[in-house]
Amino acid sequence: MMTTMTTGEKPAISAAQPGNQSASAVPALTVKNLSVFFGKNEVLKKVSLDVTARAVTAIIGPSGCGKSTFLRSINRMHELVPEARMTGEIRLFGDDIYARNVEPVIVRRRVGMVFQKSNPFPTMSIVDNVTVGLRLNGMRNRAVLAERTEQSLRMAALWDEVKDRLHAPAISLSGGQQQRLCIARALAVQPEVLLMDEPASALDPLATAKIEDLILELKKTYTIVIVTHNMQQAARVSDHTAFFYLGELIEFGPTAKIFTSPSQKRTEDYVTGRFG
Amino acid sequence: MTAPNHRWRKFKNALMQTVTLVCAILVVAPLVLVFYHLVKEGFSSMNWAFFTQLPKPVGESGGGMANAIVGTFILLGQAAVLGVPIGVLGGVFLSEYGSSRLNWWIRFAADVLNGVPSITWGMVVYAMIVVPMKGFSAWAGGLVLGLMMIPLVMRTTEEVLQLVPGGYREAALALGISKWRTSVQIVIRTALKGIVTGVLLAMARVAGETAPLLFTAFGNQYWTHNLNDPIAALPLQIFSYAISPYDDWHRQAWAGALMLLVLVLFINVGVRFLTRDRFRQSNR
Repeated sequence: MMTTMTTGEKPAISAAQPGNQSASAVPALTVKNLSVFFGKNEVLKKVSLDVTARAVTAIIGPSGCGKSTFLRSINRMHELVPEARMTGEIRLFGDDIYARNVEPVIVRRRVGMVFQKSNPFPTMSIVDNVTVGLRLNGMRNRAVLAERTEQSLRMAALWDEVKDRLHAPAISLSGGQQQRLCIARALAVQPEVLLMDEPASALDPLATAKIEDLILELKKTYTIVIVTHNMQQAARVSDHTAFFYLGELIEFGPTAKIFTSPSQKRTEDYVTGRFG
Repeated sequence: MTAPNHRWRKFKNALMQTVTLVCAILVVAPLVLVFYHLVKEGFSSMNWAFFTQLPKPVGESGGGMANAIVGTFILLGQAAVLGVPIGVLGGVFLSEYGSSRLNWWIRFAADVLNGVPSITWGMVVYAMIVVPMKGFSAWAGGLVLGLMMIPLVMRTTEEVLQLVPGGYREAALALGISKWRTSVQIVIRTALKGIVTGVLLAMARVAGETAPLLFTAFGNQYWTHNLNDPIAALPLQIFSYAISPYDDWHRQAWAGALMLLVLVLFINVGVRFLTRDRFRQSNR
């Protein structure tokens, strides 16, 4: 559970300053002055932050604050909106993902995503769902596919539950299992970063707890950015927390600090439940 | 607890329910009537000869519609080869690609085409194909039915693709799967049963077309060995037999009509079978 929020002293930590525990590590993502527009509507305003590798970064904020847009700009999924455009820069381990010669498809192979609503492909079996990203990108080697299937399902903590019925339809699984299947599907293409858009908000508390355990396990290997509405969840699973409000990054820092002694009044009001 | 006009309202309710029930029965009645007549008049003529023999010359009794039955399937096959790929890919474009303004115009055009009287189609193909080729042909017949199928298949394909939740597209794209592979292997595959349903219904719809075939396929008393020649089709044979003065031909026209109805019914039942399965799946 969360500790009680005390305001106390507020050392001046400016927004957009990354966490400091792993100062030596190379950031997985470097976001500089990112603005995203949908038509004339500016939904993200000059956001800058660094995402630490092999750690969990949580994005919190009230609905409409731009957190999902921020997440989607990291794998260029926001471009599915016809009138979307962006300014600024995002680097993935040093590579500019918006460079002229970079295809969104390549970015998305390096940055996986898990959605709020579990969405396994209904026409496919469990195993086909796991390997679909590989198969539709040309992988034919059966041995590799089988190995990746087991590996991904194990990492998603689903292997023991489904190993005897890999060829059953994916939609025969429970809601929580389906979401873990979606995580396995994302892991199978071996991304460097995993984006999670409220991955547990449609699940019951037990399934949520499993997903949270899984996140803590996955961060040993992957860099994770998670959007969540659930502040306790952010406090439980993340190392760094970014608070967004009306398209702006209000505060970014170590999770413990954001939740116990935020430097911004708005952050404090939000995490203590006074608005949002 | 009763309202002052309680009994009057109950009466009105019962009255209106009866009216709607009667209307519902009136919807079904024509089908029963048609089927009853066709079976009564046509079933006795549906013998072995009907399915295996060519029409007999005027004056001789007997004979069958074997060439017309085969001709209808050939024409439907030609129509499907033309209409299904163009219609399905057009539907994919409307649903997955294109801009909303362009799509509005394409949809509008398709809807107008769906409303074009079938005899108009026949005249257009007559002018475009039959006149330059100096003769009626199976090709012209298949072409006109195929052209009629395109807007039908396109619109139904678009509709069933739109029913595929956006989450599946997003999930595929987020895996780094390209847009066209997502469209073909994820979206179309998810909606495949719906697309097949739309195609079958479009085929059932054009199977009974007579007017456009009068100008194109023309009809034939014999087997057609060359698709450049006129070809027989069930609706054409029914038409020419029905307006003839011979009782034997009238009976065969009834049998032909019954055959056509059974064909269409068969397709519809097949569609029901497919959609029932799909419903169960989405209901999980």
